[in-house]
Amino acid sequence: MWLLSLAWKNLWRNRSRTLITMASIFFAVLLSTLMSSLKTGIFDNLVDNMVGYYSGYIQIHQKGYWDEQLLDNSQEQNPILEQKMLKIPQIKGFTSRLESFALASSGDLTKGCLVQGVDPNRENIITNLKAKIVSGSYFQQGESGLILTEGLLRRMKMKVGDTLMLLGQGYHGATAAGKYPIVGVVHFGSPEINNSVLYMPLESAQELFGAYGMVTSYILQLENRRNIDDVKKEVLKISDSNLEVMTWEEMMPDIKQHIEVDSANMMYVQIFLYVLISFGIFGTLLIMMAERKYEFGMLLAIGMRKSKISILLLMESILNVFVACLLGLLASIPVVYYFHVHPIRITGSTAKAYEQFGFEPIFPTSTDSRNFLIQAFIVLCIGLVLSLYPMFQISKSNPVDSMKR
Amino acid sequence: METIIDAHNISKIYNKESIPVYAINQVHLHIEKGEFTALVGPSGSGKTTLLNLIGGLDRADEGSISINGEEITQMSSGDLIDFRLKNIGFVFQSYNLIPVLTAKENVEFIMQLQGINEKDRIERVKLLFKQIGLEDKMDYRPSQLSGGQQQRVAVARALASRPQFVLADEPTANLDSASANNLLDIMWKLNQEEHITFIFSTHDQRVIDRAKRVITLVDGRIVSDTNQVPINH
Ligand SMILES: Nc1ncnc2c1ncn2[C@@H]1O[C@H](COP(=O)(O)OP(=O)(O)OP(=O)(O)O)[C@@H](O)[C@H]1O
Ligand SMILES: [Mg+2]
Repeated sequence: MWLLSLAWKNLWRNRSRTLITMASIFFAVLLSTLMSSLKTGIFDNLVDNMVGYYSGYIQIHQKGYWDEQLLDNSQEQNPILEQKMLKIPQIKGFTSRLESFALASSGDLTKGCLVQGVDPNRENIITNLKAKIVSGSYFQQGESGLILTEGLLRRMKMKVGDTLMLLGQGYHGATAAGKYPIVGVVHFGSPEINNSVLYMPLESAQELFGAYGMVTSYILQLENRRNIDDVKKEVLKISDSNLEVMTWEEMMPDIKQHIEVDSANMMYVQIFLYVLISFGIFGTLLIMMAERKYEFGMLLAIGMRKSKISILLLMESILNVFVACLLGLLASIPVVYYFHVHPIRITGSTAKAYEQFGFEPIFPTSTDSRNFLIQAFIVLCIGLVLSLYPMFQISKSNPVDSMKR
Repeated sequence: METIIDAHNISKIYNKESIPVYAINQVHLHIEKGEFTALVGPSGSGKTTLLNLIGGLDRADEGSISINGEEITQMSSGDLIDFRLKNIGFVFQSYNLIPVLTAKENVEFIMQLQGINEKDRIERVKLLFKQIGLEDKMDYRPSQLSGGQQQRVAVARALASRPQFVLADEPTANLDSASANNLLDIMWKLNQEEHITFIFSTHDQRVIDRAKRVITLVDGRIVSDTNQVPINH
């Protein structure tokens, strides 16, 4: 206890040195937390945009569907599989879709569009579709209307209540044609989706395409996306051999790769930051040891063991680094939250690339507590590893040389 | 009389590879309890080196040193640190004290190292400050004390651990003559009343005059060793 109090007093013997060390650690924690929150946030944002609210984390298709996305590669609705999926605890829920291209026309305007036949209730639970309604309403029970994405509606120059004609090729060569009223409009952050998708109830879609009892994919939502690989294994176990189970990373390798490149870049910046503060801390430690060399010699001479002096120095470092890390961690919370609520909006070529990939061009931060703790912990470790240096110096010192002036 | 230091034929040699320098050259030294001994000699004669050897701060290249019957030349450096804590008090020329601690805490510090309980520590601190005449400055930081006062606190610190003897390497070198006198008064009183053994090196004739025994070193050898009647009032 008295040693701790001595350590605390020693810490403040050179106020500005201690404050400089603490400030550098403080900002290191703050910046690296902000960076990794940003990294996770960008990642989450991409995944949420594309995966969470659209493709799902895992999809189950008929083998071959993904390579050739035709109705003829669709699968039968499978109540047994559905039952089994419900028993896997990591699966939050699932829905099924019948997806195909069709031509939408009204008057003399005709555009290609992606028809999504969805189960209104489940789709809403899985991808929160109802929340994206910007005008009109969501599907009513037993009604066979259409919900258009905002961009598509604009391209078709239509409004809620108008009737849209759909034409296309149905299951096994049948002709698909039908007329439906537009009941609602949804908005998607991703421009690609927002310009081309239209929703209709699954049964209407099956009727339109003559694909009765068929679906093209099951879309699975997870409790926690981080154990996606485990869930995939579980799903593989319960699904028939004619089905393929794909994670979003397998379905969209471009996105995955893009995220990895971004993460790596961010990592270099972080490593640079770590190196920078390492030098900063090390420099102050060097000066501190030079200044106190005589004193340590004196302490050794009067009978303070090297191990005790080392403990003293370690305490000083821990107090210093720990307090600074803690303050950095506390300060990073409001900053990270701010950028979570007010995400950085990016412009220029990166923004274009994002839009091409189909993402909203924003960089929100993640508020995942792990980012805070991991960064504070890394900086704490750097500080503690560096504090081994003074201890090493003490271990090889002797009183006579240390007290030589 | 009780022997506390018995150094036999000790040498300290620097530059062993090229031209050897005998900082201490085959010295015999015998110190008994209650001595008040001055170590004198020209600069470079080996006073500091000899004090470091008998204080267990440095290792002799030849010879043996026994303190209170314990041979210290073969001790591991860790054991030597503990040995110093238990048996030897040190007063250095300057910067004896830990700057962030008060005078009182500096004296207490060495007893904390020894693991002495708080009650005994406080009692001893009070007594020691009374003896050095600084009861009113116990809570001052070293920087708030004069050089002479700092040296007195250093003497109290050296005594706090109840050592066998106190080694002081030029304790008055940085002091004006009044402060030097005052420090010697305190050391002399402790020697007379508590039978504390002091061995100090000095250049100052007035300090030399106050010793009971004067050992003179030249080129690492003892050239004279005399007892005298000290001029102490
Ligand atoms: N680390 C060392 N390396 C080489 N020679 C040394 C070393 N330390 C001391 N010496 C030599 O040993 C001799 C004795 O030195 P010492 O410091 O003991 O003298 P001193 O009597 O205390 O002198 P002063 O009165 O100036 O303090 C000197 O010749 C000195 O140059
Ligand atoms: Mg000397």
